[in-house]
Amino acid sequence: MKMLTNIWRLILFGFLCTVFLSMEPMRTGAIKLHQTQPTERISGSAGDVLDDDPVGRLKVFVYELPSKYNKKILQKDQRCLTHMFAAEIFMHRFLLSSAVRTLNPEEADWFYTPVYTTCDLTPNGLPLPFKSPRMMRSAIQLISSNWPYWNRSEGADHFFLVPHDFGACFHYQEEKAIERGILPLLQRATLFQTFGQRNHVCLKEGSITIPPYAPPQKMQAHLIDEKTPRSIFVYFRGLFYDVGNDPEGGYYARGARAAVWENFKDNPLFDVSTEHPTTYYEDMQRAIFCLCPLGWAPWSPRLVEAVIFGCIPVIIADDIVLPFADAIPWEEIGVFVDEKDVPNLDTILTSIPVEVILRKQRLLANPSMKQAMLFPQPAQPGDAFHQVLNGLARKLPHDRSTVYLKPGQKILNWTAGPIGDLKPW
Amino acid sequence: MKLSALHQSYLNRRSSNFRGLSGDSSADGSMKSQASVFWLVLHGLCCLVSLVLGFRFSRLVFFLLFSPSTTTNLYSMPFRQAVEASVFQLSTEAANQVLPVNTTTPRVVVGRHGIRIRPWPHPDPVEVMKAHRIIERVQREQRAQFGVKAPRTLIAVTPTYVRTFQTLHMTGVMHSLMLVPYDLVWIVVEAGGVTNETTSLIAKSGLRNIHVGFNERMPNSWADRHRLEAKMRLHALKIIREEKLDGIVIFVDDSNMHSMELFDEIQNVKWIGALSVGILAHSNSAEESSFSLAWKEADNSVIPVQGPACNSSNRLIGWHTFNSLPFLEKSATHIDDRGIILPRKLEWAGFVLNSRLLWKDFTDKPMWMKDLDLFDGVDDMESPLLLLNDASVVEPLGRCGLQVMIWWLRVEARSDSKFPPGWVIDPPLEITVPSKHTQWPDAPPELPMSDKIVDAQGETLAVKRPGKTRRSRSKHDARNKRKHESRNAEVDISEKQTKQN
Repeated sequence: MKMLTNIWRLILFGFLCTVFLSMEPMRTGAIKLHQTQPTERISGSAGDVLDDDPVGRLKVFVYELPSKYNKKILQKDQRCLTHMFAAEIFMHRFLLSSAVRTLNPEEADWFYTPVYTTCDLTPNGLPLPFKSPRMMRSAIQLISSNWPYWNRSEGADHFFLVPHDFGACFHYQEEKAIERGILPLLQRATLFQTFGQRNHVCLKEGSITIPPYAPPQKMQAHLIDEKTPRSIFVYFRGLFYDVGNDPEGGYYARGARAAVWENFKDNPLFDVSTEHPTTYYEDMQRAIFCLCPLGWAPWSPRLVEAVIFGCIPVIIADDIVLPFADAIPWEEIGVFVDEKDVPNLDTILTSIPVEVILRKQRLLANPSMKQAMLFPQPAQPGDAFHQVLNGLARKLPHDRSTVYLKPGQKILNWTAGPIGDLKPW
Repeated sequence: MKLSALHQSYLNRRSSNFRGLSGDSSADGSMKSQASVFWLVLHGLCCLVSLVLGFRFSRLVFFLLFSPSTTTNLYSMPFRQAVEASVFQLSTEAANQVLPVNTTTPRVVVGRHGIRIRPWPHPDPVEVMKAHRIIERVQREQRAQFGVKAPRTLIAVTPTYVRTFQTLHMTGVMHSLMLVPYDLVWIVVEAGGVTNETTSLIAKSGLRNIHVGFNERMPNSWADRHRLEAKMRLHALKIIREEKLDGIVIFVDDSNMHSMELFDEIQNVKWIGALSVGILAHSNSAEESSFSLAWKEADNSVIPVQGPACNSSNRLIGWHTFNSLPFLEKSATHIDDRGIILPRKLEWAGFVLNSRLLWKDFTDKPMWMKDLDLFDGVDDMESPLLLLNDASVVEPLGRCGLQVMIWWLRVEARSDSKFPPGWVIDPPLEITVPSKHTQWPDAPPELPMSDKIVDAQGETLAVKRPGKTRRSRSKHDARNKRKHESRNAEVDISEKQTKQN
């Protein structure tokens, strides 16, 4: 009898604790960690989830594809490991040795297909997407014929990494990408991509945006003393006019980068130029604001670099969806400027109250924030790999009625899309 | 260059896969007659503009004119010139209607957009000031987080006296102290009593200071000077004891050079610390460093440094002192001597103390600290180490003496050098050289009698020694040289006059 009352007391205590510790959305509290800099906890719309551990919350089955889909492509060009699309390769490697991997597909919640679609590089290092749809299609044909799990749900419990410019639209030109739309076979799958823009064809409901790959060791090697005073107000290095493809401007970056140049090239507060200095990373650590304008696509590794180096990102890309948007409250961390407001950028930035700027810097200093943007080798807790798994875990449990098809039901059209895509790879 | 760029772009478009030329790809629209008239007018306008500017406008105009695609009537003309005056732009947007898969039409459209340039694309000074304030605040926050926590007040002790180079030296020290980001008390002990000159000099700094006089005149020989300076410093320490000032005592000699990192580093001291001092022993002689020659003779290749010496576990084991033996023959004994001015074995400047060590009734005072009263009559205190019973308690600072943040230097003018008090010439001197504006322009100029030349308004002009001018007709023989010099002096002075007038 006494034991029973004790148990009830324990349960009551536990319940009260969970009630008090549950967080409301978008709340950040200041705590002093044991580092030298006070930081603030970060919680986005999904709650304080950056530090969640996905192990035990989901199981992932990795399909064994023939090496022509992954290893052989990588062997042809090793640059795929260092360019900004390398996340697809590192994700594969991470999953192969991760604790969430299961070898029994019956108990798996998610299925991963390791196909490196962004590894066909030009001599300059840019990936050509022309064969990617065929490659993806061929991979899906393979898994649907060798395993029953694709047909069971038509891909609704499968996920893919498509880090290319416009994600699963597989083209670098925006008009062509929009024309093609997302590959029809991937319409039910969960896509992880770097491209994110609201109300855009190439971002479908349920996709999760991930950061582009930035080499962690290289950035670590360029860290400078934190005591170095930040003396640059606004910093940017990159192209303003893409002289090769759009010499007069207007197409590239929707004219936003050109507007930045024309309005601020002689403003002493703006350190902007097209140079490629060797001290690029060090300079970012000496700057307060770092511009992250769109280019041919709205995303860029600049965001990751700015977060790592504690420089407040100024995002100039209308309707952009930033990485892990449900876990990270980007509105509180970065400054969003509409493209039409670019001529007033200096007014906007100087009129931000100083307390807000200091708070943003505190949020950026949070180590879990920096970890969430990186793909380190070997994987560390809280890094982008884990955020991907957390995102997958948040989508569980699968809604039985929509995910799993009734026997005989077919939704996907295997012959949709341009004719060129139907050729075998 | 612009033309060739356009030409190249034209060729590029023909040959390569031009990204984004959306002329053919999108939905059709009905070509209203209004639209065609508008295009005609626009075309004419563009031709006019091209005429004015002198080069052909964007050829893209023609591509888009002949394309059937444009549904909206708006078109943009980006202008990428350095023509500041006419930064002219039809700021509108071209839109090619996108095929919406979703029912919501996207706000962001693909296609050519205008490059928005505001009418005055230059910085606004008010905003620049705001930005600087933001930068200052951010840097302050950085210092608070990564710099020294709980910084202590610094108490700078400076012995000085009025002489030619006092302004030179004190200005340097003053500026260094004004830049220190911590609280500062500056104790200035002046030999020969308090004077107005020093007071006015110190007052310019705006620092909190305690200015006292010391009733002895500064002697002429360097050895005596060192002794007197030590006495003056002791006097200052007594003042600190009486006022019960709390902080870190640092010995700032007026002719030394201090780096800013020094003031950050000494915040780490607990009781008494020692730093490495670089010795810039300077020779008063005009010939090129007899010091360096003597130094080379002594087989050294580096500037001598005084300071703590440590073993590999960063514990103090001894001192690097200045060995003056090789230089004794060449050393200067008096101020006017043309020899090398040597420092002592260990200069006071390399030591910092916690001011609580000096307090009379400080309960936590360590046993190794002697009382100041013991040194009342002592003639020569070589270094603060004499204040300690046990010299091993000294903390080595600056990465155990590896960082040199102070440089010791003594430079003085001749003892009989005259300089105007406060470096202000008052009253103005008589005119000794006539200006060009005389009634008799052809009168030969008198030779300059004194170094200072004043024009009619009573302002002082810079002195121009004849030998330094180069504008002379350089063909000179020795006989005419003097005449040339005087004429040049006059030419220069008159030019200066005309510039002033």
